[in-house]
This record gives sequence, C-alpha cells and structure tokens, in this order.
Amino acid sequence: MSTAALHRRAVDWGPAVLVFVLGIVLWEALVVAFRVQDFLLPKPTEIATTFWDERNALWHAGIYTFKEALGGFALGSAFGIAVALVFAAFRPVGVALIPFAVAANAVPIIAFAPIMNDWFGLLNPFSKMAIAAVLCFFPVMINTLRGLTSVDPRAIELMRSYAAGRVSIFRRVRVPASLPHMFAGLKIASVLSMIGAIVGEYFGGPTTALGVTILNASAYSDFRLAWAGILLASAFGILFYSAVALAERLTTSWDPSRRAFHTE
Amino acid sequence: MSDQPAVAVKQVSKQFGAGVTALNGIDLDVQPREFVSLIGPSGCGKSTLLRIIGDLIEPSAGTVEVKGKSAHQARLDHDYGIVFQDAVLYDWRTVSKNIALPLELLRWGSEKRAQRVQDLLGLVELDGFEDNHPWQLSGGMQQRVSIARALSFEPSLLLMDEPFGALDEMTRERLNLELLRIWEATAAAIVFVTHSIAEAVFLSTRVVVMSARPGRVAAIVDVDLPHPRTVETREDPRFFELVTAVRDRLKTGEVAV
Repeated sequence: MSTAALHRRAVDWGPAVLVFVLGIVLWEALVVAFRVQDFLLPKPTEIATTFWDERNALWHAGIYTFKEALGGFALGSAFGIAVALVFAAFRPVGVALIPFAVAANAVPIIAFAPIMNDWFGLLNPFSKMAIAAVLCFFPVMINTLRGLTSVDPRAIELMRSYAAGRVSIFRRVRVPASLPHMFAGLKIASVLSMIGAIVGEYFGGPTTALGVTILNASAYSDFRLAWAGILLASAFGILFYSAVALAERLTTSWDPSRRAFHTE
Repeated sequence: MSDQPAVAVKQVSKQFGAGVTALNGIDLDVQPREFVSLIGPSGCGKSTLLRIIGDLIEPSAGTVEVKGKSAHQARLDHDYGIVFQDAVLYDWRTVSKNIALPLELLRWGSEKRAQRVQDLLGLVELDGFEDNHPWQLSGGMQQRVSIARALSFEPSLLLMDEPFGALDEMTRERLNLELLRIWEATAAAIVFVTHSIAEAVFLSTRVVVMSARPGRVAAIVDVDLPHPRTVETREDPRFFELVTAVRDRLKTGEVAV
C-alpha cells in the first residue's frame, strides 16, 4: 500500500475511530458522574478488565459460537444461492414459490429456536446452525435473484445476436452480473448468522457457548462478564462481515457502481 | 450470393399491444457494402425496424431476408454485429475479453482469438488498453470497444442504434471518421439509426427518412458525396445541399401526418 493510500485510509476511517474513542470516554464519564449501578451499566474500564481476566474462557466460547454461525452461514447461503439460480432459470417456479419464501421469512426467528433445539438436540451445534441458516437464507436468496434477473436487457440481446443459448447467457452474463447483488446479501447474512447462533443458545446449549455464557453471567448478576461476552459477539460479527466485504472487493473490483462511491 | 441484397425488408409492420402501430408497410433493400441511415422523429419506429432486421423482435406482418435467408437464420449464422447507444460492455470482462466474447461462443481457439483481438484493438486504436476494465475507459473508448466486439466475427451486416448519440460533438465527429475507415476496411453493410441529419449525410450512401405515427418511409435521399469522406467533406457545398434536402423531407414527412 502506498503512503497516499494509507493517508486516504486514515481519512476514511479517522472520523469513525474518533467517534468510537469519544463514545467510550463519554460512557465512562457519565457512569462515574451519575454513579450508575453496575447491573445497569458497568464502566468500560471494568468491562475491559473482566474481558482480559476471562480471556481464555471467553475466547473458547466465542470460537465455539462462531463455528456454529459459520456453519449456518454456509448452509443458508449455499441454499439461498441454489434456490435463486433455480427461480431465475425457471421463472414459473419462482413466481409460485417466492410468496412462501417471503412468508417464511416473516416468521420471528425466535419462534424457530426452541423447535430447532428440539429437532437436533440442545447440545448438538447443528441445532444452532439450522437457526443461523434459516436467518441467512432469505437475504442471500432475494438479493442473488435480483442480481440474476435485473440484467440490462440489451446485454441479453447482444448475447442473442451472437446466437448464444439460454445456458450460455446464464453462465456468461446473468451469473457474473449477479455477483455484486449476491455479496450484498452475503454481507447481511454474515451478521445475521452470529445473531442466529446466539439466539439459539439462549434457548439452551453447552456452557462452552458464548450465548450461554452471556445468559448465565446475567443470571448470576455478573454484568461485567455479560457485557464482555456481548462485546466479543459483536467483534466476531464485525470480523466476519469484514471478511465477506474483503472477498467482495477481490471478486467484484470491476463493478462500476462501487467506483462511484469509492474511487481508488 | 453477392447479388443477393444484404437486407430485404418487405411490407413489414409492427403493432405493440392494442392499436399502437410502430411500423406500417416498410419496404427497404440494403445492398452489400452499403451504408444506410435511418433518420426520423422520436416514435417513427427506426429502432424497432433495426431490432426487427436483427431478429431481436418479430414483425407483426411482412418479412425480412438477410442475404436471402430469414432474419432468424441470419442471427444463428452470426451475420449481425450490433452496437447500441450505450456500449453495453460486460463490466466483469477486460477490454480484450469483451471483444473476444463472440469468438468464445464461436469456439475459436485461444491463439486465434488473441490474434484477432490484437488486430481489432489496432483497428479501433485501443492498443495498450486490452487489460483494462470498462469502468476505466471514457465513453468514446467504451463505444470503440463495443464496435470492435461487433466486428470481431466479421458479420456481413452491422446494425447500429444511435451509437454516437451519447457522446460529445468532438468525439462523435472523430468516431464518424473512424467508422467510415473501418467500414471501408471491412466487407460489411451498415444500417445506422441516428437523430443527427449531418451525421446521416456525412456517413451514408443512402438516407432513409421516416415519419411517425405510424412509422413509415417518407423519402429516400441518395448521398452522392465522393469517397473517402474527410474533414473537408463537411465543408462541401453538396454536403449542405443534401443536409437541406433531408431536413425538407423530414418536415414534409411531419406535415403529411
């Protein structure tokens, strides 16, 4: 990375970092000034201390839950992409089934959680993966489908003028053109997968799981540990999101709409 | 085969939905190596006619033959090179891969493809840009890639729908000259849709003046300006006479409605 690029990155991220630091300082100051009770809101410094003291247990719990999230993300996204491909290739199938996908998406995920635990077993990580997968499926499917079907009609006409068949048009135009939309869905899913895994753990799971750790800490009024767990859960969510965003940058650097916002 | 017209349009009509007549009884022959422009007001159906010739839409009545074949067979035989107003490049492909796409579909070997792409990059003066992506090119450069792509498989007929309509005047005039040079270097006939009277006269061997509602051929103006045409052609008194002639036909076409 050149110094110019480093400088630009600093300009890009500077404001966000500043807001973060000011927010933490303000939090600490307000808690001290108004003598806020620990169980309402601990001080950031106390949370940080607990985080450090409990780092081993927290880290293992985080990894355990992240693996569930990752598994659910992979399952839900793969299924979402596959369904989008089928819907785009056979429009009548899509027209018949999309309303049901929308309806299924409207069911509150929390209602699914106990049922998945019941189906696959409380201690089986697959029960949490299933919840995360259900959450990931819809945004990936609907965005990929939009990408596959909203191709410039003239791009299709050109392919027809080269005497290209349906399969060839699908493979050479629709699929690559859908990638930016697909990644929009995958980015949403990356964050949802972590949420899905933790929601599943709230309805029961091994004590080695992050959701159970947060839940138990709250039950025993160890709010510093609960906050440390929440912090770690969001850190994993952010990291996962960033990894997907990086994959997006590497595979869709050609996308002109990216350039409009982020000139490099 | 060479005595067959490049395009023979016979009594072609097109209705869209209920009662909207886009084209009514169009007859038009285009000879091999001819450059024919279609000009007319918005809604005269010139783009529709171009799409019908290219077998992208079906006429409601009448027939189109290309080199004595049906338009459908001509499309399957790769007789058409199409250029739209926007370049419509495939954003995920580099310049050279955009140009090579029709050749991939024709299953040309990679070496033969690469050689052809190099030749075309030279023809449209884009040497050195082969590995760029479309977003890195100006509008004029993108349109040159689009033209190179349309020429890649040596179609016998180029269909161009206002290809320079989105470009600034200077770029447009430069690309007009380039297009004539390219046309003279290939064996293709060209059907060219435009809004610009000057562009139609400057480029064409014949200008087909269309009128709207319903779209039909109002007049055909033969352009007897000498070839090759150059920057000086635009200063030729005959050029101005022909521009005036086309403008008059456009006006009388409107009055007749």
